[in-house]
Amino acid sequence: MIDSPLVIAGKSFTSRFLLGTGKFKNKKDLNDSIASSGSQIVTVALRRIDLERHEENILEHIPSHITLLTNTSGARNAQEAVRIARLAKSSGCGNWVKIEVINDSKYLLPDNQETIKATEILAAEGFVVLPYISPDLYAARALVKAGAATIMPLGSFIGSNQGLKTKEFIQVLIDEIDLPIVVDAGIGAPSQAAEAMEMGADAVLVNTAVATGQDPIGLARAFALAVEAGRMAYLSGLALKHSLGSASSPLTGFLYDELPAN
Amino acid sequence: MNITINGKSYPLTSAKNLSDIVSSFCKQSSHVITELNGAIIPSDQWTKTNLQDGDALELVTFVGGG
Repeated sequence: MIDSPLVIAGKSFTSRFLLGTGKFKNKKDLNDSIASSGSQIVTVALRRIDLERHEENILEHIPSHITLLTNTSGARNAQEAVRIARLAKSSGCGNWVKIEVINDSKYLLPDNQETIKATEILAAEGFVVLPYISPDLYAARALVKAGAATIMPLGSFIGSNQGLKTKEFIQVLIDEIDLPIVVDAGIGAPSQAAEAMEMGADAVLVNTAVATGQDPIGLARAFALAVEAGRMAYLSGLALKHSLGSASSPLTGFLYDELPAN
Repeated sequence: MNITINGKSYPLTSAKNLSDIVSSFCKQSSHVITELNGAIIPSDQWTKTNLQDGDALELVTFVGGG
């Protein structure tokens, strides 16, 4: 089956699996996981440089053909997210930004209203904006109007590995929003990534479930296969669910001519 | 004179430009992003940007993130 590429802001990607680069034990695991994931978009963050000790430059471990998506983690409001995005752009590493505005330390839920404000400002400045939100139809519509390039609804709490707790609400966005839907946050197993793709999500982003697993390189590959399997299932049209049994082999015409009475 | 770098005060014995500061304070040289008193300073402006007493400088870079 020939799939169409994932297109974000006019740029085409054959991989529908985005990988986050946080929490890896070492840079070799990160480097090898990027390779085994086949991801063409990876996320990074910005932080103050530690002046007391040498830190490895993470960009040296990300191949140059990969599109960098800088997140605005640490931002608690739109203004701070805009500041981080502008700083990232000034490095010359592209203008793709994942807006992440979090002002809650317990659940780490994104602030949709502030995310919309930041998206309006940054999209108007020419950034390619991928906003991370709690799945909400009105917020998503406002983001479309604000110039977002995708919508990134969360599956469950960041780093929780709980899977698609918000499944029905993500489905609403898939059905109603005419932008790529990238399911982000909470996907903890390849089966859950496949589930998102079977629903018709355009891509998924995974970080914690790969980086903190026993073998990140193996998991990166497992997620990539699951994303591909889920996508193919979606394109192929899943068969309908039935509430009763429906035999796939003939039950009569050999030992019996009729089914048993209930 | 004193300048604040990443929230901490440092004495400077002589006047220096931003390029000098970056090379003496940062152990990595590539992908350093600078913000001086809230304004982003592109790297091609570093040698022309002289630090003043009381300046607040942010030195940031890329790290892993999801």
